[in-house]
Amino acid sequence: MQFMLLFSRQGKLRLQKWYVPLSDKEKKKITRELVQTVLARKPKMCSFLEWRDLKIVYKRYASLYFCCAIEDQDNELITLEIIHRYVELLDKYFGSVCELDIIFNFEKAYFILDEFLLGGEVQETSKKNVLKAIEQADLLQENRIRITARVSMGGLRKNLY
Amino acid sequence: MSGLCGKSKEAEIKRINKELANIRSKFKGDKALDGYSKKKYVCKLLFIFLLGHDIDFGHMEAVNLLSSNRYTEKQIGYLFISVLVNSNSELIRLINNAIKNDLASRNPTFMGLALHCIANVGSREMAEAFAGEIPKILVAGDTMDSVKQSAALCLLRLYRASPDLVPMGDWTSRVVHLLNDQHLGVVTAATSLITTLAQKNPEEFKTSVSLAVSRLSRIVTSASTDLQDYTYYFVPAPWLSVKLLRLLQCYPPPEDPAVRGRLTECLETILNKAQEPPKSKKVQHSNAKNAVLFEAISLIIHHDSEPNLLVRACNQLGQFLQHRETNLRYLALESMCTLASSEFSHEAVKTHIDTVINALKTERDVSVRQRAVDLLYAMCDRSNAQQIVAEMLSYLETADYSIREEIVLKVAILAEKYAVDYTWYVDTILNLIRIAGDYVSEEVWYRVIQIVINRDDVQGYAAKTVFEALQAPACHENLVKVGGYILGEFGNLIAGDPRSSPLIQFDLLHSKFHLCSVPTRALLLSTYIKFVNLFPEVKTTIQDVLRSDSQLKNADVELQQRAVEYLRLSSVASTDILATVLEEMPPFPERESSILAKLKKKKGPSTVTDLEEAKRERSVDVNGAPEPAPASASAASTPSPSADLLGLGAAPPAPTGPPPSAGGLLVDVFSDSASAVAPLAPGSEDNFARFVCKNNGVLFENQLLQIGLKSEFRQNLGRMFIFYGNKTSTQFLNFTPTLICADDLQANLNLQTKPVDPTVDGGAQVQQVVNIECVSDFTEAPVLNIQFRYGGTFQNVSVKLPITLNKFFQPTEMASQDFFQRWKQLSNPQQEVQSIFKAKHPMDTEITKAKLLLGRSSDLGQHSLKKLILTLQTLWALASSTPKPPRLDACCVWSRICKLRCTGSRCAQARTLFPRGYVTYCRSSFNPMQAVGLCVLFPCVSATLGDHTAHSTMEHLSTCTSSLGPGRGWDTKGLLTGTTAGLPVQGGPGSMKSRQPVVQSTN
Repeated sequence: MQFMLLFSRQGKLRLQKWYVPLSDKEKKKITRELVQTVLARKPKMCSFLEWRDLKIVYKRYASLYFCCAIEDQDNELITLEIIHRYVELLDKYFGSVCELDIIFNFEKAYFILDEFLLGGEVQETSKKNVLKAIEQADLLQENRIRITARVSMGGLRKNLY
Repeated sequence: MSGLCGKSKEAEIKRINKELANIRSKFKGDKALDGYSKKKYVCKLLFIFLLGHDIDFGHMEAVNLLSSNRYTEKQIGYLFISVLVNSNSELIRLINNAIKNDLASRNPTFMGLALHCIANVGSREMAEAFAGEIPKILVAGDTMDSVKQSAALCLLRLYRASPDLVPMGDWTSRVVHLLNDQHLGVVTAATSLITTLAQKNPEEFKTSVSLAVSRLSRIVTSASTDLQDYTYYFVPAPWLSVKLLRLLQCYPPPEDPAVRGRLTECLETILNKAQEPPKSKKVQHSNAKNAVLFEAISLIIHHDSEPNLLVRACNQLGQFLQHRETNLRYLALESMCTLASSEFSHEAVKTHIDTVINALKTERDVSVRQRAVDLLYAMCDRSNAQQIVAEMLSYLETADYSIREEIVLKVAILAEKYAVDYTWYVDTILNLIRIAGDYVSEEVWYRVIQIVINRDDVQGYAAKTVFEALQAPACHENLVKVGGYILGEFGNLIAGDPRSSPLIQFDLLHSKFHLCSVPTRALLLSTYIKFVNLFPEVKTTIQDVLRSDSQLKNADVELQQRAVEYLRLSSVASTDILATVLEEMPPFPERESSILAKLKKKKGPSTVTDLEEAKRERSVDVNGAPEPAPASASAASTPSPSADLLGLGAAPPAPTGPPPSAGGLLVDVFSDSASAVAPLAPGSEDNFARFVCKNNGVLFENQLLQIGLKSEFRQNLGRMFIFYGNKTSTQFLNFTPTLICADDLQANLNLQTKPVDPTVDGGAQVQQVVNIECVSDFTEAPVLNIQFRYGGTFQNVSVKLPITLNKFFQPTEMASQDFFQRWKQLSNPQQEVQSIFKAKHPMDTEITKAKLLLGRSSDLGQHSLKKLILTLQTLWALASSTPKPPRLDACCVWSRICKLRCTGSRCAQARTLFPRGYVTYCRSSFNPMQAVGLCVLFPCVSATLGDHTAHSTMEHLSTCTSSLGPGRGWDTKGLLTGTTAGLPVQGGPGSMKSRQPVVQSTN
């Protein structure tokens, strides 16, 4: 996988993870182009598209789009399930995750992603193992401040099961 | 912080700037911040960055956090570094230090953080620092599983970024054995690493094949609950299965029959499972299951050795083609594309043609339709070409604009490749132009012309069809181009029919003329001059058109020039000359279709083109029919064919690198005669070149000695006076000049001279006479070696003596009939010589043109030469004030020509031929295009019809020039470089330049 982007229906980038070295300018350009392309697609369209020399796999959960760029020989369907597993992990951790969780606890979203995917490859597929690692880290944390302001946005869970 | 999500953009920016100022002041404040505050502010910066704002400070604070003992502070520090890595070398050193400490801490959580950071940043500096260390962590017995996982993927990232820095070694074999690890997470991570390493070092990781097969076998045969948390929606370890199947695609089918059998079993099990009823209705279940299935099919296609499996795979994909999930239909079409290239499954794929065509018509998603087009293209062979091409054409009418060009290319390729009947081919391409003219690239219509010209059997049909197509009230410009070209060549084949008489053909084309762009109009003008040859009865009509002000005074230089030249050509040339100059185009050399090259370029080195290659090779025997000439290795670099009938518009290959200096250029021009002579005095080369067209001057000069020359040549004899001047006040002793002729030169060139006095007084000059006789043609020049003693030291100087073949050239007067008689005799293949050599300097269009011009100038009659010189000189004066390098370069060449060719008296003489006012005018607004064009036209008129006509052409030219406004620019096209393009020069004036016996050498 070359990169993963999370963005809202309004086109606001919520999380970005790059597994290939790119300049900030390139990253911004790619993000802009892709957000536009993906947002323009209709709901029933297929989740894969060719973009430059990459394959884009995307899926929408509630108000958030999860979008991965993979290489030509990579497997689209398994990538789709990578996205799903990540959403499950977020959901389990936050308990019915919503966009604001990812905005205000972005660091957690990154830590979970790092436990699950590293260097663009799946590191650990077991939900238990990933969450165990995160929880252990949380135990080490003192004075954990969590912003609880949470607007009901119809949690991402809606789309999960 | 919630304020940062403010409603309006301005409010957000305002709030953020306030916060940034606050953080900055905290960081800069005198009071040392405690860890918690530092973490808080670094985290805020990160948040602001992720909102899309630039952050240019805080890196140092983040690095400080790395060495904190508190996990949460360290964690935020690492996150900041991972997201906002800065290649500040000072910081990188500090970061690497912190990472090193954490890696050595033996605290698995800290090690994990450090490894994640390396994997996220993956910079070269990190590879240098840790590429040696990480393999050790990976294979150490006491490393925790989670750390092993991170280490494996961390190493993978470093290997991808800097493979040279990751040393192979003992650890590789131990990494392979991680495939047997108890912990499936470790196996998952390790498989990714091994796959990437095995792609580059297949031998080293060969043992992974059997391990991967047995691991895979255990997974696919396990019950859905066996693997506990690694089962995903009832599918056992789908990610690992996919990765293992990917790893196996790095290798050919296993040689060991046991392993091979086991793998086949696995693949069969996976195919069988696809037929079983689903264990869950969730899409995740079917996605995971099918992900494994598609990967298995990829492996089957990769091995391409088990017909049974291939056909089963094809049937499975066939089912998916009609699946209700769009995703599956998409993937089935994609997968089948690769399957179509296997000889075992090609026929099976073909059976799904109707479904695919249906997909093309009914799919609502353009990316799925695109896959359907790809698959149709891949499954096309001679048996279904007509059907597929027809379907693609009809789809084209409604296709999305984004994929039209690609479809056009594909249709054009298929139509050509599988054409049995070329009338079908012509119809197809004309249809393409009708339906999607805007998307028909130049390559496509060039190709149809190449094919029509090369095939006699289709020419009449093509002429008739384009004539009919042109009847449409609104037809695409590309059709006008094809029509113009084909009628210009083969209009005579349909001229017998009163409905398409010459005049009707001309009127039809000319009715489109004014609606067309300049390049098309230029092409049509060439068609008209072709008509003048084909149909003498319309000559006057065409001349009238050419003579009209809208042509002759057209603001576009190219059109104006063509009009002038063609009008002139049609009025001065006899039918004989016209027939020769405007004869039918010769067949094009067989080469790879330029369309194919274009499609390749468009798609890049992706599956579709590989497929095409594979199919190309295979279809020779599968279809048993003639294929286009096999692509040569260099086919990709086929120059793009010219848009232009005359092929004049095409430039030679694009210039690379800086243009050489004018000095080097001239050496290059004459390099043939200036090679392989013993150590020559520096600088003499330049002087030698100067003498090629000059008889008197200084040949050599250094601090001691000056050598001057004066020479005269008549017929095959010459006499050269060499003057040796002693520049010093001291005597030269033992002064001995020697003339050295190379062996083969000795036979061809007879040199006689008398020895000179061995003593040359200071300041004195001695003279030596050389009598020269040219016996036969020669290429090398003799060398003059001078040895003498000066103040006790021995001096040795060698210079090339400028005796070149052209000194013995003589002009010949010849009537036009005689000339054309000779001209026609030069048709034997032996009389044409071609040689291909590597350029010593980068090519520059302008310079190439100028060189050709220079080459040609020897062909010009003396009278016209003078004019050329004058024009070029004027141009030079004009352009030397322009700073643009190409102009200057070109002008330098021109100016050098003037110097070469023009002795003082000739120049003066030439100047008197022109009214002073004209020259003045040229200085202000002359367009160089006219001069270049003039030079093209000159040889054929002046050589055949005498200088008088040439003179009148020149005058005419000056009239047109005066209609040009100032500042027309320097946009000269490659008038002299016709044959470099894909379409050879059509028999226009330009085509004469390759063989022109105007100047003869006398022995």
